[in-house]
Amino acid sequence: MSNGLVQILNKPMDRRTATQTIAAGLALGLGWLETSCSPAASAAEKEKAKLDWQEYFQGNFKLMTEDEKRATVERLERQHQIRTGQTVNIADTDARPNVLFGYAFNISKCRGYMDCVRACQVENNQDRRSEMAYIRIHEHKNGQISFEHADDEYFHEVPAAGHFYMGTQCMHCQNPPCVDVCPVKATWMEPDGIVVVDYNWCIGCRYCMAACPYDARRFNWASPAIPEHEVNPNQHYLGNRLRKKGVVEKCTFCVQRSREGGQPACVEACPTGARIFGNLLDPDSEIRWVLANKKVFRLKEDLGTEPKFWYFMD
Amino acid sequence: MQSATRPAWQQFVIDGLEEVTHGSWRYHAWMATLTFFMLLGSWAYSVQMREGLIVTGMHDHVSWGLYISNFTFLVGVAAAAVVLVMPTYVLKDHDFSRAVLIGEAMAVAALVMAISFVVVDVGGPARLWHMLPGLGLFNWPSSMLCWDILVLNVYLVLNFSIPLYLLYSRYNDRSPNRKLYLPLVLLSILWAVSLHLVTAFLYAGLPARPFWHTALMGPRFLATAFTAGPALMILVLSVIRRNTPFQIRDVTIGKLSLVVTVAAQICLVMLVSEMFTEFYRSTHHGASARYLYFGLAGHHALVPWIWSAIAMNVAATGILTVHRSRKTPVLLEVGCVLLFLGILIEKGVGTIIPGFIPEPWGKIHEYAPSWVEITVSAGIWAAGCFVFTVLAKTAIPIELGERRYRATPNHSPSAVVAPTLVMPDGTPVAPPQSAPTA
Repeated sequence: MSNGLVQILNKPMDRRTATQTIAAGLALGLGWLETSCSPAASAAEKEKAKLDWQEYFQGNFKLMTEDEKRATVERLERQHQIRTGQTVNIADTDARPNVLFGYAFNISKCRGYMDCVRACQVENNQDRRSEMAYIRIHEHKNGQISFEHADDEYFHEVPAAGHFYMGTQCMHCQNPPCVDVCPVKATWMEPDGIVVVDYNWCIGCRYCMAACPYDARRFNWASPAIPEHEVNPNQHYLGNRLRKKGVVEKCTFCVQRSREGGQPACVEACPTGARIFGNLLDPDSEIRWVLANKKVFRLKEDLGTEPKFWYFMD
Repeated sequence: MQSATRPAWQQFVIDGLEEVTHGSWRYHAWMATLTFFMLLGSWAYSVQMREGLIVTGMHDHVSWGLYISNFTFLVGVAAAAVVLVMPTYVLKDHDFSRAVLIGEAMAVAALVMAISFVVVDVGGPARLWHMLPGLGLFNWPSSMLCWDILVLNVYLVLNFSIPLYLLYSRYNDRSPNRKLYLPLVLLSILWAVSLHLVTAFLYAGLPARPFWHTALMGPRFLATAFTAGPALMILVLSVIRRNTPFQIRDVTIGKLSLVVTVAAQICLVMLVSEMFTEFYRSTHHGASARYLYFGLAGHHALVPWIWSAIAMNVAATGILTVHRSRKTPVLLEVGCVLLFLGILIEKGVGTIIPGFIPEPWGKIHEYAPSWVEITVSAGIWAAGCFVFTVLAKTAIPIELGERRYRATPNHSPSAVVAPTLVMPDGTPVAPPQSAPTA
């Protein structure tokens, strides 16, 4: 199945795709006309305009061939270089076979330091103006797990006496409601269980935000702003690459790290070891040990979302 | 102006353009006012395009606001055209024959507004081609939004093409082919009901939002649609028959007002039913309803709105239920205005916003529309009124027989004093009788 004008243009022609190709040619031609006919434009400007047009007409990442994926991320790298003069490395690493990522959160160990929240922001190139955060740390009073009575905007020394802490973020549901509702298949679950968003394909309708029972998704209400020197250059197409305004984003279990065998930034940053991440299909993984030896539970299990995010206590 | 040498369709377009560009000073003032608001709305939208949706009152916790509220309400108004379509075309109820064209024009205008409200709500309107068949990816049948886009657009085409065909036939003094349009009419009736059910399922299909996740959502949407839609229709028809030679008989208004009355009564039953379930043994899932009706943890932005809406709906239902007051034109119109406003609030902001409050982890972040949202919304409403006026202005003279392709010179508009009533398919109708309404 083909989609996206650039993909269609690169495909061998048959009768079925003929009309699509004509439409594509028209649209691309207009773009070319606009840039190439402008006598004032420099070569760099023309290249930028050309790449921007290619970006606008690119297809859905999930349906791209390996070559198309490679070409797409290389173009995005070049576009970033033209825009800012900086070099970033955008990976398109696929899910590894026999990997299904899962996460466990040790309620006994979390002390509410929120180092995970900060590490996540830095790692994932989130908007600094709105202080966007994928992780919320809820401060519960002893004696109840009641989120509406918890404090997730605390500003005092932690750990506070008589309180305990729980973090929420994307639960990477095995049956994700956000994926079902997306009208254009801009969000999906990867074979390794990570729920991702194609930021170039998202139309910004925010239906997925309404469908998520865990407040996992964030919207770029304005153009995200990150100081140039704070941009994390180690990126993944489906992860922490820079977003534009008007698209949805979310936790990706730091796909740019986890697919290279690393740990998500939140896990690495946690000073108390409350966060455990690993391959659910690997019988020797720490996450499997937790699931086998601790009394674990998940949040809002009654909704049938099958989160791959467990909580436990020592 | 009319030249017999031109092909009929050309003359049809020319006559239409002439019709919409000529009128009384009040007509021009009305269109100028609408244009002003449309331009104002466009400018506000350009601000939103430049800055992003940050200029709206929406945020990560209340991620849909005034736009989607208006969308929800207007889909209902559009669906209500079926109230007129079904009896006229299928049951051959002659009383509705005149009003049906107006009803369908209203449906088209409501759909144009509904679709516009979705377009202004998305963060990347330029990327909407991702939905086009062939080029993009349509997540059908999984996403209810895809269903909604599909039914909205097909319903728009149906409601535009059926009256166009009937009017064009009448313009050419031909009787329309019943075999051609009747299947489309039947389809449009089926479509109207599914249209609004699908819009309800858009929300009811989200267990993450307990306020919406109720089986009552679909039926309640239909009931509110069949209240607000025909109520608006009564108001529009009253204006038209006061200001144009287009006759709308009392019996038509009478039957429409009965539809409104019954639907409004059903709405109240459903309101009571919802409130009982939410409040008798109030659970965790009733938090949104508590926020909406009584306020929650010191937040009560919607409380005055929803109680105003309930008061308006109850008062109007009372007025319409009593035969004598329903048959008094002034009181009927007051009732219709109250119902229109009451349901606009209850079904718009009163349904969409509480779905997000409290957010999934129980926190309350309230929402208030920004000036950009209000201005863009006003612009879209003006555009809807504009579309309706253009459609009605062109349709009425054709329906009255004032505009014809091959008009004889002495067949001037002034000659048509008391036009014979005809069904949309051209069958003449017996002269109006002052038949008592039920």
